[in-house]
Amino acid sequence: MDTKLNGPVPSKPSRWSFYLFLIGIFIIVLISAIYIDANPFTFFRNSENMFDLIGSMFPPAWSYIATTTPAMLDTIRMALLGTTFGMILSIPIMFLCARNIFRIRWLVEASRIGLNILRTIPDLLLAAIFAAILGFSPIAGIVALSIFSIGIIAKLSFEAIENIDNGPLESMTAVGANKLQWIAFGVVPQILPHFVSYVLYTFEINIRAAAILGLVGAGGIGLYYDRALGFFAYDQVLALILYTLVVVILIDLISLKIREKLL
Amino acid sequence: MNQSDPLKKARRKRRWKFTTLFIILIALYIWAFSGIEFRGIQETAWPVTKNIIHGFISPDLSFIYSPDGEDLIRGLLETLAIAVVGIMLSIIFAIPIGLWAAKNLSSTSLISQSGKGILSFFRTMPDIILALLFIKVVGPGAYAGMLALGIGAIGMLGKLYAEEVEAMDEGPVESIAAVGGNKLQQLAFGVIPQVLPGFISATLYRFEINMRSAATLGLIGAGGIGTPLIFAIQGRSWDRVGIIIIGIVIVVLIVDLISSALRKRIV
Repeated sequence: MDTKLNGPVPSKPSRWSFYLFLIGIFIIVLISAIYIDANPFTFFRNSENMFDLIGSMFPPAWSYIATTTPAMLDTIRMALLGTTFGMILSIPIMFLCARNIFRIRWLVEASRIGLNILRTIPDLLLAAIFAAILGFSPIAGIVALSIFSIGIIAKLSFEAIENIDNGPLESMTAVGANKLQWIAFGVVPQILPHFVSYVLYTFEINIRAAAILGLVGAGGIGLYYDRALGFFAYDQVLALILYTLVVVILIDLISLKIREKLL
Repeated sequence: MNQSDPLKKARRKRRWKFTTLFIILIALYIWAFSGIEFRGIQETAWPVTKNIIHGFISPDLSFIYSPDGEDLIRGLLETLAIAVVGIMLSIIFAIPIGLWAAKNLSSTSLISQSGKGILSFFRTMPDIILALLFIKVVGPGAYAGMLALGIGAIGMLGKLYAEEVEAMDEGPVESIAAVGGNKLQQLAFGVIPQVLPGFISATLYRFEINMRSAATLGLIGAGGIGTPLIFAIQGRSWDRVGIIIIGIVIVVLIVDLISSALRKRIV
């Protein structure tokens, strides 16, 4: 037959490695599930607990919203101030981490490693530590959120800095600008919209984070979550969840509108 | 003059905009600062800070491994296990919901919109609150933490999946439809092969977040390394806090490195 002109048909690539990969993942998940005693039957056996719980949430204790409004405002303040301080602190760090600003290699790499280490520490953990240092107050939450914000803002911003257009920088160097002028007129105008957008994005994250920081004693609405859960007052818990939800969505919407205008 | 008039107008308008924005910001900050009552830093702040720093410099190495009972390695393994099983649970739910929410797969926008609604509902639930609820169902421990992470991640993962599907090339699906493939075949041979790398990348990204969340779930009693950590913080044994945080940082860094290397290879 003429179809054999081009020699034998190439055999299908082996799918063994793919299957092995799937089996490997399955085994890892299975071992992990056994390790943490994640027996699906426990869940279904106790699922009536869940329905009881959901039942006791209704109707939500709407009056609790008025009681907790000062704490909710505290939460927003914490997020706002935390984001602001984080923003200020992240400005020098993001320039240090960008490869195209400072040509001192070891300094850039060291800052990046430092930033990566900072980013691994979860917000709630920072809050727990600062609550121990500064006492149970919103101040602890603000400090924790500031440090947490540095990780996000600096990381996103230095990547934006590395992606800027080199043209203006080269022309400025050509006419003899010094480093500070170079940054102020060559780099900043290019990254400013991105930077503001990242700050707003961080603010959105921080509102969510600030709402739960109170669970470890760092002020804000989380204190009331702790209290309501401690008293098994699930109708209050639901009221809090819905309240937080509305605030988060509102702030997200405002922030999204501003960000759309910026970029 | 006539030429520069609109320019001037635009400039004036811009200046107005900036002034209003500036005033709003100032008002916002006055409101924020006046609301925070600053009672001075408590006297214990400095000694505690010193103790914490000391704890990090000389961490409690005996906590790394002890043959019986709680230790760092077991706690970290449990955290890893919570994140792994949690991500599996999210994948199982997020794939169908993500496909459901993708605009280009549904015939009417009503279908995809309802899917998107479900996803944003899941996205607004904080992991920690979910954990508190699941603790009531299955009792305190890693299982509750795993369920919280698993359910909590559906929203984000489903959204990322849906975006991936919406960005795909319609060509292969159309050609399969043209040669008579049914909906299921279109999905299996037209959609899935295209979006698989994106799905894996999104999943790995979420896994990195899961690792961090899993480390904090223990702070409220949902298992993992956070449980011994909160006890150590409450008991002011800072050398133990030091070793636990060092452990968390190392494990999260390793997971991030592996995950980002994998993501670079895939995409």
